[in-house]
This record gives sequence, structure tokens and C-alpha cells, in this order.
Amino acid sequence: MDVRYLPAGDEALVIEFGKTIDEEINNSVISMAASIRNRKIKGVREILPTYRSLMVFYNPKKISYVRLVSTVKSLGYKDKDEAESKRTLIVPCCYDDSFGPDLSDMSTELGLSREEIVKIHSAEKYKIYMMGFLPGFVYLGGLDKRINIPRLKTPRTKIPARSVGIGGAQTGVYPVDSPGGWRLIGSTPLDFYDIKREHPILCEAGEYIRFKPIFRDEYDDIRREIELGNYKNEYEEAVSMTGR
Amino acid sequence: MSIRIVNPGAMTTVQDEGRFGYMDSGISESGAMDKYSYRKANYLVGNKKDEAALEITLMGPELIFLSDNVFGYMGAEMEATLDGEDVLRGRTYLAREGQTLKFGFAKNGIRAYLAFAGGVDVPVVLGSRSTNIKCSIGGFEGRKLQAGDVLEIGPSRYLNHGVNRLLKRRAEQKIYQSEIQVRVILGPQDDYFTENGLLDFLNGSYKVSTDIDRMGIRLEGKTIEAKAPTDIVSDGITFGSIQITSSGMPIILMADHQTTGGYAKIATVVSEDLQYLAQARPGDVIRFQKVDITDVQKWNYFDFLTSIYESNPGLEMIYYPEAVHAR
Repeated sequence: MDVRYLPAGDEALVIEFGKTIDEEINNSVISMAASIRNRKIKGVREILPTYRSLMVFYNPKKISYVRLVSTVKSLGYKDKDEAESKRTLIVPCCYDDSFGPDLSDMSTELGLSREEIVKIHSAEKYKIYMMGFLPGFVYLGGLDKRINIPRLKTPRTKIPARSVGIGGAQTGVYPVDSPGGWRLIGSTPLDFYDIKREHPILCEAGEYIRFKPIFRDEYDDIRREIELGNYKNEYEEAVSMTGR
Repeated sequence: MSIRIVNPGAMTTVQDEGRFGYMDSGISESGAMDKYSYRKANYLVGNKKDEAALEITLMGPELIFLSDNVFGYMGAEMEATLDGEDVLRGRTYLAREGQTLKFGFAKNGIRAYLAFAGGVDVPVVLGSRSTNIKCSIGGFEGRKLQAGDVLEIGPSRYLNHGVNRLLKRRAEQKIYQSEIQVRVILGPQDDYFTENGLLDFLNGSYKVSTDIDRMGIRLEGKTIEAKAPTDIVSDGITFGSIQITSSGMPIILMADHQTTGGYAKIATVVSEDLQYLAQARPGDVIRFQKVDITDVQKWNYFDFLTSIYESNPGLEMIYYPEAVHAR
């Protein structure tokens, strides 16, 4: 892999592993992010992993660009998936009409029944390639090609928080109320972003999630539990049990 | 100690150095747009340099002191008065309980920083007091100020004994020009543009549009030619990143920038020059001057020490263990 080290101004370094959405490239990004975090390099302020590159923010008074590049070049990373050490979050999702207003249109356009769309969407284990754009917004990889569908021509001005949608080859959850053009297929009772929580963000890049279809009354029950602070997130533990 | 907002002005928010460590969750840094003026305002009133202050945009607020306090402002010239008496930039004033501080329109620059001795005491959210409007966090209830808001001011050791010393403080005020030259470091995606595109970017001048806010400054000028569409697979954005959209026009991303973006970034503004962009008004002209990262970071204490200890391995372990870890 041809790794490039590029300055983004005088306070950030970009480590670019590639230009495309690709599992090996993303594995390298996540693995390198872990290496840098573990090394605790003096002057490094924070790290932002994305699909295909890593932005390293630093304080130039404590470490120079040249020094930082030579330090990170000496660190190792793997392009293999480290799934066995990562947990999978179960995301309950209600695919009712009230939550998934675009399901019927999608069914016509894709030539699949609604049940098939739901089945395909909830079968896959999705990898969180990166987070960004909105607080707690997950960019997920691995959406089945059969349910890829273009965004709406005219985006909605307000999509309610917790909506689950599909846009092109991507699926995800709107963490907060937001404008957006994704097709809405359901809603999860989980808050991907809640500032009142000790850890406001539910997941991090490199982890996995899987959607689990639920009925409307289950949705309401879980929602009530969350509001009372009693809900415990459900995880599929990794086989090796080395996960957190 | 506290103040009450009578009229919030166009856009007044609580800001500090910024919120760091949450970019990987999609929460951007926020913080003062013009760090120079913000830090100097804190200096004037005897605060630590990262104490929270008010960032005032374009049209100033009116506020009442509910207790005695020392204040000072920096950045844009905004025709401020305290009970009708002129208040100048870069100076320190003592306000008495019940007095009214009023700001007018920005005459030079566009953002002013108003600091109070003790700092604005709003809750620290994710490590910062900065307002992040998109995420509705920080500052005063996660939003811009409104009429009727009462803001607490923290304690200042100067207010008991040192008021007279504070009142002597002065800070040098910058005069903002309508033609601005900022230094840029090319990249990370400068290779997406043709040679002509890069030359136009570096030799041309770009006008500040009316589309400017804490997220970004949209510029107008000659289209910057790219080798291919500038849509890229999203990667990280920093304060000062210059994106070229599919229309070929630059947008400079500022303090409330999104954390990731899908347009090629031709260059990044050198951090020290961001203060001038933060004061740019619609119609101002911006020129970009190319510099290398090594020009900006000419001499570095850490590198210097490391190089000495590296050539004397015996010293390393005793006097400068960090150098070992950094290698």
C-alpha cells in the first residue's frame, strides 16, 4: 500500500492510505489510529480516522511536522480486519410505515417486497468505517447491492433524530434532527448521540452494528426504558471474547 | 457576579479556545474565530488565556452589569459605549452595577471579543465552554444569546486588590484591511488541480461573498480548474481547509467546520493567519501566498532538544526521556 504523508496546514497531518472506500484501506486507518493513540506522542492533540485517511492534529509548539512524520512512519499497522476484537452493537429498528415513509416507493423501484427489503437490511453486519458530518453519525460499509437506491431528488428539510435510512450504497442513522436526502426505512429507539449521557456518542469507528427488526410496541417499550435510564445496550460478543 | 443581556445583537455567543478530542465523533472544534483578539481580550482583564468570552458579530449587543466588573474588548471596532461614554478597543474599564454597555455596528473588522474579569461562567461541556450551535452544546444553553439571558461571571483575584493594575493594561489593536493576504500550505489534495488551476488560485484574488459564517467563508472569483471532478471519498477537515466545490469556487472552512467533507482541498491556511479571515467582511479581497510547512515551522524547541540528546545517547535517558518515546 502506498501511504502518503501530507500537511493539512501547520497543525494537522494527513496520513492517506488510499483514495477509495475499501476494507483493507479502512482497516489500515483504524489500526494506525490505534497505534498512534497507544504511543501517546507528545504534542498530538487528537486523531480523526476517515474512510481512507487519518488526520492527526498536533501542537506545532510541541512537535514539528517533520518530527511527527518520522515518528508515525516508525509505527506499525495492519490491513487485516480485527473483527475478533471488536464488538457488534444490536440496533433495534422498527420498519413501520410511520417511521419508513419511503419503503413503499423503494419496494416499487427495486422490485422487492417490503419484507425482503427489511430482511436484507437487517441481515448484514455493518462495519463503522468512520464517523462525522453530524455528532454520532455512522458511515457504514457493506450495504447489500440489491437495496442500493439513489437519494431523494429534493432532500427533506427535517428528518427526525433516530431515523434509519439508505442513500446510494450507504445506510445509517440520523443522530439528531437534520435536513437530509436519504430514503427513510425505519427508526431505532437508540440515541446515537445524547449529550446528557456520560459517553454522548454510542459507537466508534472500527466497531460493527447490526439492525434487528422490532414491532412498534417493542419500540415504545425500549424508548421508555431509555428515558428512564434502564436500557442496557445489547452486543453480539466477538467469538474470541476479547472485546470490551 | 453576572450580566443581563438586554439586546443580543446579530449573533453573540460564548466562546473559548475550542472543544478538542471529539472530532472523531463528528463534533467540531468551535471556539473563537479570531484567536488573537480573543486571547488579548482575556489578557486585558487578567484572565487566563483560555477563559470564556463573548464573540460579537457584525452588530453588537446591549447588556447590563448586575454587579461591578472589569471588562475589555478586542477585534472589530464596534462603537461601544458604557452609559453613553466611549469604550475603546484594547483598553480596560471598570463597570459599576447597573451600568449599560452597548455595542453598535462593526466599523472595522466583523467580530469583537468582550471579556470580563473572571470569565463567562457557563458549564463546561465535553471539555469546553464554547458554543456549538449545530450540536446544541456548550455556551449558554447551546445557542446564541437572547434578550433576558443572565450570564454568570467567574471570580477574579484582581477584583479585590488589583483593579487599578488591571485598568492600566493595554493591548495592541489591529487595523483590518479590505485586501487580505494569507499564507497557505498546499494540500492535502492539490494534486487534483491542473497547473493552471493552481496558478489561478495562487495569483488571483478572491472576493468574500455575503455567505460567511462560523462554518465557512465562501469566495468568488476565477474558477479553479481541476483535472477531474473534485468529489472525493470524504476525509478530515481542519480549521482553515480550503475546499474547492464542483463549481470550482473556494470555501474556507472556519471554527464550526464539519469534521469530514467530500470535496478536494487545494490548500490550508496557516493557523496564525486565520485571525484575519475571521475579520473579513463581504466584498473584501483575499489573496493566497504559498509557503512550505518547513518555512512556518522553522525552529522547534522539541526538535532542537531531541537532536542534542539523540547525538548524546547517555544524556537521553537521564534528562529527556520523552525524546526516546517520540522516536
